[in-house]
Amino acid sequence: MGDAAARNFQFLAYGLIAVWAILAAYVLTLVSRERRIGREIENLKRMLEDRGGR
Amino acid sequence: MRERTLYLLGVIAAILLARNIYVMLVGLPDEAFQGAIFRIIFFHVPAAFTCFLAFFTALIASISYLKTGRMQWDALAVSTTEVGLAFGAANLVSGMIWARIIWGIWWTWDWRLTSMLVCWLLYAGYLVLRRAVEEPAQRARLSAVLSILSFSVVPFVFFSIKWFRTQHPQPVLYGEGKMDSAYRAMLYGNWVPLLLLAVILVAVRMKQENRRLELDALRREAHTI
Repeated sequence: MGDAAARNFQFLAYGLIAVWAILAAYVLTLVSRERRIGREIENLKRMLEDRGGR
Repeated sequence: MRERTLYLLGVIAAILLARNIYVMLVGLPDEAFQGAIFRIIFFHVPAAFTCFLAFFTALIASISYLKTGRMQWDALAVSTTEVGLAFGAANLVSGMIWARIIWGIWWTWDWRLTSMLVCWLLYAGYLVLRRAVEEPAQRARLSAVLSILSFSVVPFVFFSIKWFRTQHPQPVLYGEGKMDSAYRAMLYGNWVPLLLLAVILVAVRMKQENRRLELDALRREAHTI
């Protein structure tokens, strides 16, 4: 394989990796947001229960 | 959408993707002029299609929200916009990597590239607007209007290569520059799993938006006590 063909393949790999990295990064933001929302809901529910109990 | 259905769709998408990547790399020959890098088109174009379809769904959802005031439409609009942005970013970045090899540059202020970037930034602005407005109904109303306005750029992006002299290649799915049928089959074939993935992400994001509404309601309750 010549230098140009090897570089061509290398950039194809970069392209495929970039596409999946972007989609994976989005999935990770979804996961972290889900955790944060869950935590906040739990905290607020606990706080409201505490206030209601007083 | 039920969790089991989402898992099933995920498995189907993964199988199709694995099969497509294998055929793409092993079964299909290099394109005569571009070589191996040409294969990037099998992700670049379907990512753009998915992005535009997501923005179109956001448009319909935004109009429906303004007509009905139902928050489910707003949840669909924000979910499809976010997923559309992810696929739009994949489209832009894969295009830049292709351009580096074929044109020798990462970027040029060409009509197609610039209009796509402007479109992406407008929809990113939609998400920024949502973060800036606290009250849910006002947030939904303002962002619906922005979503409808932002969609006006999408046909411009799509037809820019027809309307202007551009460096970007002409359409490859129809007209004089139509690709070979094996390449076209792969392009459409690879759109299916990407579309399935987008549906899964939208469904997950919609569930999250409903939880966020629950959070907003709890916050208001906490403030009133």
